[in-house]
Amino acid sequence: MNNKVIVIGGGVAGMTAAGALADLGLEVLLLEKDSQTGGHVKNWDRLFPSRRPGKEVMDFVGKSMGTGVEQRCNVVVNSIDRSNDGFTVHMENSEPVSAKCLVIATGYELFDAHKKEEYGYGIYDNVITSAELENIFREGKKLTTHDGKTPRRMAIVHCVGSRDEKVGNLYCSKVCCVTGVKQAIEIREMLPGCEVTSFYMDLRMYDRNFEELYYEAQQKWGVNFIRGRLSECAENPDHSLILKAEDTLTGRPLKLTVDMVVLLVGFVPGAETRRIAQMVGLQAGADGFLLSADEHVQDNSTSVPGVFLAGAVKGPACIVNTIADARATALQVKKHLTNLKTK
Amino acid sequence: MKIEGKRNIWKDYQKEIAADRYFYVRSCVRQNFFPGSEKTFLRIMKEELHKDLFENAAHTTCSGIGYHSDVVPFETAMTMVARQFSIMTESGYENFTTSCITSFGLYSEILETWHHFPEVEERVRQHLLKATGRTFNKPVNLSHASDVIFKFRKEIAANGQYKLINKNTGKPLQVVEHIGCHYSRMFPGKGIGGAEYPYVLVGMIEEWGGEVIDYPERRHCCGFGFRQYLIQANRGYSISSTKKKFDSMAPYKPDFILTNCPGCPMFLDRWQYALSEMEGITYGENGHGIPVLTYEELAGMILGYDPWDIGLQVHQVPVEPLLDKIGIPYDTPRKFLTMDGKIMGQPKAPSNLKFYQHE
Repeated sequence: MNNKVIVIGGGVAGMTAAGALADLGLEVLLLEKDSQTGGHVKNWDRLFPSRRPGKEVMDFVGKSMGTGVEQRCNVVVNSIDRSNDGFTVHMENSEPVSAKCLVIATGYELFDAHKKEEYGYGIYDNVITSAELENIFREGKKLTTHDGKTPRRMAIVHCVGSRDEKVGNLYCSKVCCVTGVKQAIEIREMLPGCEVTSFYMDLRMYDRNFEELYYEAQQKWGVNFIRGRLSECAENPDHSLILKAEDTLTGRPLKLTVDMVVLLVGFVPGAETRRIAQMVGLQAGADGFLLSADEHVQDNSTSVPGVFLAGAVKGPACIVNTIADARATALQVKKHLTNLKTK
Repeated sequence: MKIEGKRNIWKDYQKEIAADRYFYVRSCVRQNFFPGSEKTFLRIMKEELHKDLFENAAHTTCSGIGYHSDVVPFETAMTMVARQFSIMTESGYENFTTSCITSFGLYSEILETWHHFPEVEERVRQHLLKATGRTFNKPVNLSHASDVIFKFRKEIAANGQYKLINKNTGKPLQVVEHIGCHYSRMFPGKGIGGAEYPYVLVGMIEEWGGEVIDYPERRHCCGFGFRQYLIQANRGYSISSTKKKFDSMAPYKPDFILTNCPGCPMFLDRWQYALSEMEGITYGENGHGIPVLTYEELAGMILGYDPWDIGLQVHQVPVEPLLDKIGIPYDTPRKFLTMDGKIMGQPKAPSNLKFYQHE
């Protein structure tokens, strides 16, 4: 068996890891279950905090794979065999492929907003998710209510499916706060006559230029921020929505009527990740994301020699961190293979 | 609104409801509020559905109202509930059915507590044994009486003489459904349809021909809310809650309101009178208010029971407009006669809320 590496998952993490592994002189096969690579980011219009087009980053990541990465899309992995010499991946409708190492980069799924029943997603026509709003931006569509009217008031609800004991997700999804601020600005930019109110618990503006974007949203774009979690959403006869929340800074309950609500859906561990992890004997943490060999010093390797992790399989991560993490994974794979050769 | 979205949620909240042999426990307060409801339930279960349903005179309050008003400690409530279970066990039954929503909530809370903390159950067993010498089995199945009517809603429709259709227009009646807080808000999985979009009353309304109204304050309190009524100084909160609900549902022109709690129909019915006296406001058509029914009363109406035999004459808001819409006959002179034909007295006419004159 040669020094082949199979990367499972063709999002930003998988593509970056594959490109970096190829740069290190390794033979790389990238497997993607969808019809094209690019993961969630390919569906995103602009990226925080600079609001550069997501396509620019995807083009860069795509080019970084060069010609040294063999890519296969529409791949369903059926099983993975382990041997002393490495791994054999069995797929639907194709011959098995063997490799010395596996990189699991199967990412995450978006929280299913139906589960927050009180917000009425899937029931009330004018409740949408942040991913659906981004799709409207990306396709250059007009932002309208379900019956085609221009919204005059919109609300953005933070932490939908994140930091929420009721749905069983105690973790922070890290990217939603700044995504909400970015999308609030973009709504105001597209519809200057539309008021935007964001309901948040904390605004976790932890990274470079995030806080600046938050200030810009308030000072330049007049976005309202109310610290309080939405308790419920109900529909008026005209299909506008009544929101109930507590403004925890004033300590008073409030009601707000809006034309549309955007739910900032967080990350959840993917079903495909769980399936692949079971095939190779990897454990998940209490949050459902995969466990690395050591959370501080061996975050890219796992308890199974030859199996490595990259990106959001280990928990929510932004693009910057995902790219850095995937490059680190590639170096760890190379080190592992070099050590094997030396032995 | 997409009804399909609600149907998807309803699929996730189904529960097991026993098919027969119920140990039935009455409510402390319902026989004063709407005295025909429990009697109608018994009649439907025995005469229409031919079910084995047993009551035991040794049953007492479950203490739920005291517990939720912070005057009865949980430990005391658990021991009292343990005693009810011992009476069920002694009677040879294992399916426990409550008339009261607060009882149902308390029984659910206690069984859930014992499930997670077996040492608490053991302690309560010791308390009961020392105090009364009794032992008990836990119910195999716990249901609210509205669950049971829901379970047999198709049979009731099949035996029914009337549908929730306006006989003049041929259109379905528009119905507001209001669920008691203690039915599923504490434990969504224990109520049919969950907590946010409960299905238990919706299922009855749909099966019997009506349509359900989804209005913005659907989830809001009926006005009882325990401490907001039981503490006299708080009663402004109680009636303002009720007013908020009526203001919200009024644009949808509901034909009636259906409830499954002892307190909700009481407050939604009586506060309409109080609001009409205080504010001069009446809801519903022609100043008659919006009738408020219990699910047993509605089932009885569908089955063609005489409206005065099921207790509709003790409602503050007259139900005759609704009976006329459906086409259910009633004998006006009999309205205020007791079962043995004596005059029970007639309430004084309110200033604003109209008595109904049959046309």
